[in-house]
Amino acid sequence: MTQATSKTWVDVKSGRRNAIPEGLWMRCPGSDCGQMIYKRHVEANLHVCPECGHHFRVGAVERVAQLADEGSFVEMFGHLVPGDPLGFEDLRRYTDRLAGEQLKTGRHDAVMAGEAFIKGRQAMLCCLDLSFMMGSMGSVVGEVITRTIERAIERRLPLVIVSGSGGARMQESGLSLMQMAKTSAALARLDDAGGLFISVLTDPTTGGVTASFAMLGDIIIAEPGALIGFAGPRVIQQTIRQELPDGFQRSEFLLDAGLIDRVVPRKDLRTEIARFIDYGG
Amino acid sequence: MSGFYQLDFEKDVRALEQRLAEARRELEALRKRAHDRGGGQPSPFPALDEQDEDPADARSLERTIDRLEQERERTIREVYADLDPWQVVRVARHPDRPQTRDYIAMICRDFCELHGDRRFGDDPAIVTGLARLGPHKVMVVGHQKGRTTQEKLACHFGCAHPEGYRKALLKMRLAEKMGIPIVTLVDTPGAYPGIGAEQRGQAEAIAVNLREMSRIRVPIVSVIIGEGGSGGALGIAVANRVAMMRYAWYSVISPEGCAAILWKQANEQTNQAAAKALKLSATDNLNLGIIDAIIDEPLGGAHRDPAQAGRALETWISEQIEALGSLSPDELVEDRYRRFRRLGSVVEQTPAASEQGVEAGMAGGSQA
Ligand SMILES: [Zn+2]
Repeated sequence: MTQATSKTWVDVKSGRRNAIPEGLWMRCPGSDCGQMIYKRHVEANLHVCPECGHHFRVGAVERVAQLADEGSFVEMFGHLVPGDPLGFEDLRRYTDRLAGEQLKTGRHDAVMAGEAFIKGRQAMLCCLDLSFMMGSMGSVVGEVITRTIERAIERRLPLVIVSGSGGARMQESGLSLMQMAKTSAALARLDDAGGLFISVLTDPTTGGVTASFAMLGDIIIAEPGALIGFAGPRVIQQTIRQELPDGFQRSEFLLDAGLIDRVVPRKDLRTEIARFIDYGG
Repeated sequence: MSGFYQLDFEKDVRALEQRLAEARRELEALRKRAHDRGGGQPSPFPALDEQDEDPADARSLERTIDRLEQERERTIREVYADLDPWQVVRVARHPDRPQTRDYIAMICRDFCELHGDRRFGDDPAIVTGLARLGPHKVMVVGHQKGRTTQEKLACHFGCAHPEGYRKALLKMRLAEKMGIPIVTLVDTPGAYPGIGAEQRGQAEAIAVNLREMSRIRVPIVSVIIGEGGSGGALGIAVANRVAMMRYAWYSVISPEGCAAILWKQANEQTNQAAAKALKLSATDNLNLGIIDAIIDEPLGGAHRDPAQAGRALETWISEQIEALGSLSPDELVEDRYRRFRRLGSVVEQTPAASEQGVEAGMAGGSQA
């Protein structure tokens, strides 16, 4: 269990992708980089390549640790556990898949939410967990986000949601789809109540998560180079049968298209969020 | 057109329909000859096939047609009594299936189409306009797939762009201002996946519709009339009451999309498996609480008798508009919020059992 929790998604993924050399060093997958980098340096640098600034993906536990003031995070709604409402089975059973992910991450589902202080400013903080079924949104993720929003309304606190997700979870089908409507409707109530919602988009944020709460921030910021979109690049390519432009669906592309407010490097996220909370007053 | 789209499970029905068509042609030819002989100038020459013109032949043909019709009806009833989910998907995609514009023509009067999102353009994949439905004034919003090749291409086969979703919201806001109910007809494989669509904010357009529809202060009634593909469908379906036509499908992803990801390839077999696993049929969606009602279709699907499908659709919509008419704007918003708020399958664990839950998960057991 301890072993499982201390292993972040980055370790697992980078270990697989960059098999040589095992252990302390890895090759940066950033475009135009490819440097051999010392893992400890990357970790100490918020999982960002010290050479080129490539942002590695991080799970929810790591993300909360990066954003919240030390010791300030009080987790909520952690007692919500996924069921298998459809009795879903593809090449594997959904229940087996869930059990595997729970074993790997030590968590019930792909979300971590609670109250926190960010540079001394109190907020409701919710992070999707890429390390759990690619941060996909099923009933539990939708319910936790909705309760977090409702709590933000009750307690009159600003809301910060950090997204990183492949989209709605196929294994809960229509019920996953309904979470898009549920979370968006809750955000309408937050908006009616005058609450501030800061949406942080990280690599990757796609599908039903982008097409619901993630794009509904009063302020939307994205980490550099993150893949953000409705449809995945492969689906688009198969549909239109032409090459996709360079940098398509990356944070900087969305900034140019007028879809997000700012691109913010990970090291500045805390400062920027605190700044917005201050302006929101 | 339907010749290009053959449902394998309707093979026996098609064979009967061919025989029926032949028998009808024969009968017509027979009657025409009888008519020519009786009503026209008497021919100075006896017809060569005089023997075939015996009225007894006509009666026997009529009997054959009756029998074939009964057999056809019985066969259709048998086939449609037990369609599997993948078969339902293919009925939902039948090219002769009525689309939004067909239903508007059948059930609405004085339809006044309204165009454009005032931002970028006018997406033909979503039709919007004012209409009268029975005694009600309504705003109709619906996906249009297109009938002719040209129309299909213009509509991207029912896959709307951001400007389509923004047009839909603009017209729904107009309806709110006018105080008239909104009727949406959903029929899309999904929102369009393309460069322009992404650049113009496909995800944002859908997300904003979800948020804004939830707080619109007039009744909203939605029906999935054919395909209910994911966010592209939900983007106009955050309603007080949602129904599906009997052979429509509604799901988070198409069976092909799901098969390609979870089964690593989309083929006849995996599509079938994915369609089953996704619980996308009207009955399944009703059981999951995602929809409130199923609207029955004519025997063998809406494409066999669009007028009857239209009547059933109109009846259900009218009933909902009347029922929702008694709610105040605040109550309508609350009712819609509650409807979606309760959806989902979540197990609440007591704090003590929480640790155990993870242990059970680790042991490979089910959480549910
Ligand atoms: Zn690098």
